[in-house]
Amino acid sequence: MSHNRPMTMPSAVSKTLLEHADTNPGSPAVNFQAEAPPTDAPPIDAPRERPMTTIAATAVQPDVIPRADTKTATDSSRAFSSTLGDISCLNPRMQCRDVDVWYADKQAIKNISLDIGRNEVVSMIGPSGCGKSTFLRCLNRMNDSIPSARVSGSIKIDGQEILDKHVDVVPLRARVGMVFQKPNPFPKSIYENIAYGPRIHGLTNHRTELDELVETSLRKAGLWEEVKDRLDQPGTGLSGGQQQRLCIARTIAVSPEVILMDEPCSALDPIATAKVEELIDELRTNYSIAIVTHSMQQAARVSQRTAYFHLGDLIEVGTTEQIFNQPQHRLTEDYITGRFG
Amino acid sequence: MNSTPPPSPTPNADPRADDNQQDSASAGRRPIDIVNAGLKRRYAAEKRFRFMGATAVALGLTFVALLFFNIISNGYTAFQQTYVQLPVYFDPEVIDPDGLIQAGDLNADEINKELIRVNFLKLARDALRERFPEVKGRSAKRKLYGLLSPGVPQQLREMVAHHPELIGERRETWLIADDDVDMFMKGRSTPVKRIDTSGSATIVTVPSSDDTLQIISSGADFNVVFERMRTATPTDKTTADGTTLDSDMPSYLIAINHGLVKVESITAHDITGQVLLPLKNQDPATPRSWELLELSNPQSARRLKDQELAWVLSLKDAGALKKRFNTLFFTQGSSREPELAGIGGAFMGSLFTLTLTLLFSFPIAVGTAIYLEEFAPKNRWTDLIEININNLAAVPSIVFGLLGLAVFINFFGVPRSTPLVAAMVLTLMTLPTIIIASRAALKSVPPSIREAALGVGASPLQTQFHHVLPLAMPGMLTGTIIGMAQALGETAPLLMIGMIAFIVDIPGGFTDPSTVLPVQIFLWADSPERGFVERTSAAIMVLLTFLIMMNLLAVLLRRRFERRW
Repeated sequence: MSHNRPMTMPSAVSKTLLEHADTNPGSPAVNFQAEAPPTDAPPIDAPRERPMTTIAATAVQPDVIPRADTKTATDSSRAFSSTLGDISCLNPRMQCRDVDVWYADKQAIKNISLDIGRNEVVSMIGPSGCGKSTFLRCLNRMNDSIPSARVSGSIKIDGQEILDKHVDVVPLRARVGMVFQKPNPFPKSIYENIAYGPRIHGLTNHRTELDELVETSLRKAGLWEEVKDRLDQPGTGLSGGQQQRLCIARTIAVSPEVILMDEPCSALDPIATAKVEELIDELRTNYSIAIVTHSMQQAARVSQRTAYFHLGDLIEVGTTEQIFNQPQHRLTEDYITGRFG
Repeated sequence: MNSTPPPSPTPNADPRADDNQQDSASAGRRPIDIVNAGLKRRYAAEKRFRFMGATAVALGLTFVALLFFNIISNGYTAFQQTYVQLPVYFDPEVIDPDGLIQAGDLNADEINKELIRVNFLKLARDALRERFPEVKGRSAKRKLYGLLSPGVPQQLREMVAHHPELIGERRETWLIADDDVDMFMKGRSTPVKRIDTSGSATIVTVPSSDDTLQIISSGADFNVVFERMRTATPTDKTTADGTTLDSDMPSYLIAINHGLVKVESITAHDITGQVLLPLKNQDPATPRSWELLELSNPQSARRLKDQELAWVLSLKDAGALKKRFNTLFFTQGSSREPELAGIGGAFMGSLFTLTLTLLFSFPIAVGTAIYLEEFAPKNRWTDLIEININNLAAVPSIVFGLLGLAVFINFFGVPRSTPLVAAMVLTLMTLPTIIIASRAALKSVPPSIREAALGVGASPLQTQFHHVLPLAMPGMLTGTIIGMAQALGETAPLLMIGMIAFIVDIPGGFTDPSTVLPVQIFLWADSPERGFVERTSAAIMVLLTFLIMMNLLAVLLRRRFERRW
């Protein structure tokens, strides 16, 4: 893919790296994680001879990076040089390349490149504060509402750039819907919650059409049977799991192409979680879904591909199976095996 | 002084202290014991705080109660007005000399036009003279006419305008009494004490004068008065036998044979006095059929002199003097005569002013709040604007009045002393209050609602108006009502823009000269007539009622908005 194009290196360290990386002056994103979090993990033989993917092969090897003498070999294996695994997919809906986000002077995510395919669920995992939610919010430009946030790089939906200043976010958000961490239904009736989106976008012409749309959306979200008799009651009166499914139904109602979910189950009990996960699996047939989750079991259950984020870096991307069974990077392995995070 | 502390028998000082003591000492350092030791102090602090809070509340309530008691006890009488019943002859010669109105060809406007020239004062005066035919002389007559309000001609004119059929008839009519009569009827002029008599009275005419009588009592009826005179207010005219009363002493009247005699000199058994109301006859009166009236307030300290009081008492005894509900107070504009002064003009002025203030300030303030809170970039300029808005809330209100005078009236030429210019000034004054409250209300809307709306593709404006604003509305309304209440009670800035003018007409629109309730109160409080004292308090009651109604409305509105979810 387009991963090999030249780019600017932000720091002096990167410059040094470039000098060492003699084989490939136009090296891909290299962000040396100079201070990988120290762990108490027992020293393991660094898996330097691990089979590299094409992208990883072009990356600078950790051992050529100058570092303090005190660093051990174990540290080097946890150092981040470049995203491991295949960031692209066969049939991408959204293509993100070299996305940086800054909150004022603090860089929240660094050079993230990731594809989101059609009819697949991509899950993003990683410890708190690693930037996965920030990245997710870039995908429908929700970060616009944070005054100090700056986003650079390129995000395309069906080949169309969305980070451009002149892109209208209203139709974008109609195409890329979002479900938030905490269920946030409007303080209006259940019906109004669903009908609001279609109404402001003018998706329906008649009341009957709108009624149908509300019903199908609620059916898709698996909520219809539970609420069909009380559509005029406030959405805030539902249980937490129902509220979250209502929010999903609200998102579906505007017929988006991509649904972003920011820890949709973190406020739900296991039964409600199971229902939402089931729903996500069903929705996959029609939508592209990007989900941020703290639960690795959930990522394993619902997603086809998984991306592991760490301190603003995208460490590793791969099929869910591969990430959970054969993680290539030490950080991924540590996180998945529960050593930290 | 000996600085060495006396040896203390602490357990540590004595290594041979017994085990129990050592145990308790070590146990004393357990955290729970430290906590327990401090508990008493903490409870005491809490008790003290509760007590102080309760005291503060009680004190506040006491003062509010005092205030209300004072206002209501002063003002409740203003809701009644004294009327005099007189037989008015609607003389066709005076009202309708050409017979035009009686012919019935005129419409209401033309009748009014005809009646403008009619001397209704004459009708009222004729009626009074008819009631008291004995009154002779110009000054006595003028005093008699003073019992009626100067508003009576207008009252009669309106009666005739509404009922032209009255022309030519003689009707017992309730006419507005003068405020001095009104005050007497409400007990604010002088108390009247009735002293029963024990002896029978003989009436002797004094030959030298027509209207002087001597009344001799067979009992010691006058002794009480005489003794009081001699001891309390001795003058150089007081002798062992008798004394002469002057206007600085309480007045004494003798009601006998349906007449009234004013005591001028008194001895233990007889008095000499001036006839105020003619007696029906001069027969001797049996005990208890005549009585002695004491007007304890001296004549010189009263607006109604003894002669006028005599007429009033006679009207009152005849049932021709009554207090009725004071509709004039609610329907009339202001007046120099207390009995004609009403709150209606000021009320309408306040209503017009507040309506405009609300129309001006609410949209501007809410718009400002939304823009500053949700749309404006956060930079030094918006910070400066925010600081200035907060500072505006603390600017003395009279400054806004000066600004209104300089800018709105002198520069833009807005007509002075109108609800329009008042509303513009009050809008400036209330804006900061509403803006600050609205911003706080907007801030309190959870951001998740904004995200939800943005997430389904609502534009920022739709997000604000469909979701954030409805949730912030209760808070905004509260702020608005506080601002409106402030505007309703504001006097100082309005003085500068001509609202202090004496305006009799009830304003009919936003550009009519008018005054407002607090300014009316201020004006009345400044008036010397006794009648305005009660009207000031009554106007305060009306203002407070207005305020309470507004606050109730706000509470109801807020409930309605909140009950939706």
